[in-house]
Amino acid sequence: MTTATASDRARRIRDSAHRIRLNALHMGEVQGQGYVGQALGAADVLAAVYLDQLRHRADDPHWDDRDRFLLSTGHYAIALYAALAEAGVIPQEELDTYGSDDSRLPMSGMASYTPGMEISGGSLGHGLTVAVGMALGLRHQGSDARVFTFLSDGELNEGSTWESAMGAASHRLGNLTALVDMNALQADGPTADVLSLEPAEDKWASFGWRTQRVDGNDPEAILAAFDAIDDRDPVGAPQVILFDVKVGKGVPLLEDREKNHFMRIDEHEWAISREQLIAGYEGANR
Amino acid sequence: MTTPTKPKLKTSAMIASFAEPGQKTASAPFGEALARLADTDQRVVGLSADLAKYTDMHVFRDAHPERFFQMGMAEQLLFGAAAGMAEVGLIPFASTYSVFASRRAYDFIALDIAEPNLNVNVVGGLPGLTTGYGPSHQATEDIAIFRGMPNLTIVDPCDSVDIAQAVPQLAASAGPTYLRLLRGKVPTILDEYDYSFELGKAKVVRPGNDVVFVSSGLMTMRALQAAERLAAHRIDVAVVHTPTIKPFDEETVLRELDTPRLALTLENHTVVGGCSRRSPPPWCVAEPPAASCPSRCPTASSTREPCRRCTSAMASRPM
Repeated sequence: MTTATASDRARRIRDSAHRIRLNALHMGEVQGQGYVGQALGAADVLAAVYLDQLRHRADDPHWDDRDRFLLSTGHYAIALYAALAEAGVIPQEELDTYGSDDSRLPMSGMASYTPGMEISGGSLGHGLTVAVGMALGLRHQGSDARVFTFLSDGELNEGSTWESAMGAASHRLGNLTALVDMNALQADGPTADVLSLEPAEDKWASFGWRTQRVDGNDPEAILAAFDAIDDRDPVGAPQVILFDVKVGKGVPLLEDREKNHFMRIDEHEWAISREQLIAGYEGANR
Repeated sequence: MTTPTKPKLKTSAMIASFAEPGQKTASAPFGEALARLADTDQRVVGLSADLAKYTDMHVFRDAHPERFFQMGMAEQLLFGAAAGMAEVGLIPFASTYSVFASRRAYDFIALDIAEPNLNVNVVGGLPGLTTGYGPSHQATEDIAIFRGMPNLTIVDPCDSVDIAQAVPQLAASAGPTYLRLLRGKVPTILDEYDYSFELGKAKVVRPGNDVVFVSSGLMTMRALQAAERLAAHRIDVAVVHTPTIKPFDEETVLRELDTPRLALTLENHTVVGGCSRRSPPPWCVAEPPAASCPSRCPTASSTREPCRRCTSAMASRPM
């Protein structure tokens, strides 16, 4: 990481995110459904987390000194499984079992099922509460492990998120970073219509957090934001990065369709989606 | 001419202790026990949601300030954070009032603590009718709420002896627990009996040939008091104390119910979803079917009317 040039790092993230997207489409197609739109949107951030940021051991996912990554949005598990395959935590071929009975990769992320899955998210608004306890506990134990929590803009509707935001700031958890997937969409429609959230960055700042807001589909911007995290001070303010992302990113067919939380993709559209994704990726690399 | 003095009005809203005048008590047995335990186990931490002072957690806080974490009046955070601490190997005791633990934070205890079977110890003050503050503070249905939760052990202690002995056992048990906390000056009762708290076990605290009381929590204290009064009327009453509500020691309780004695349940909780509704199925197969009377009066005292069903049932049976 230290010897790689900035563009090498970004290229690595871009390539990994492309594979995460391909795998998400693949898992969705095998299952005939899935939160594919969210996965395509979040792929770049997850690639950066697993390939560039997290201190972890692929062959020992519960290593005590690991950085923690908490997936609060359990339904994004499809993307996380693809990222865990990128990180070498789960075998690539296991992704084929996504969502099926007896699979270690259930539709909604569950800690007891999947290596590398820290918590069972899904009931939204939980991840940050647990992350506060982990960050407090790790600091109390003298560990320099960092805690990252991935949450979504819709999840900011939940009061427990703001209880945690206050708690993290009150305890000055400099080892805690919240990553918010701002895809502007939730179950009943656009976030702006469901429960007005903006100015989101101001809200976090007013709660005592150090904030950044960047394009979550731009690997250079994502890496710059991670690089700007200053967690050397364990009693500094907690930090949040708001990542503006596009649902269905990389697949024009899905980017352009009327946005749905649970995106319906017809049988013949999976192949089209894959072709569009690959064409876009190759076009960008030309 | 002097104005007649107004009678002094009674208030139960702010009672700090339900101990009777002159009764032997121990001060903050939970806080003392937790502080003692933490002396020898570095993993023990305490959290509270702006109620440390009112759940006896302040004793632990003052003894081990570096291991006390104030979560503010935020119960969802309290229990989520406790889960996070257990995830990294600590043994948290997290205190608030029972109403807030059971009603405000259920999802967080269920999903973050109970489902992953973490060693988090939920401590709930003011269980049942131990405050005159009204339904906002009276957890009359907390057992009913929590009984369905997977992996959760539920303990309803009688007195300071129970609490002091339970705390280290709660910490030693691997999964999550819920302790119905008696706080402040807590009566000391069970030291006068041949009794010790064993997690998961019901105990026959007092033998008796005519009637058997099955009780938990502070109602065991009432049961023992009632048994003594009834002894004066030559009614020989056994008291079976069931401090562990879940898992319930059915073996001991069934053995005690499977006799011709009149059986009564006493609990500091609504009968819906409480222990009295736990017991009937076995009673149905017991021979002969014993009369039953769930008591609803946790602070039953001489000022309360006796339960009609109870007295009639007792009157109709040869003693």
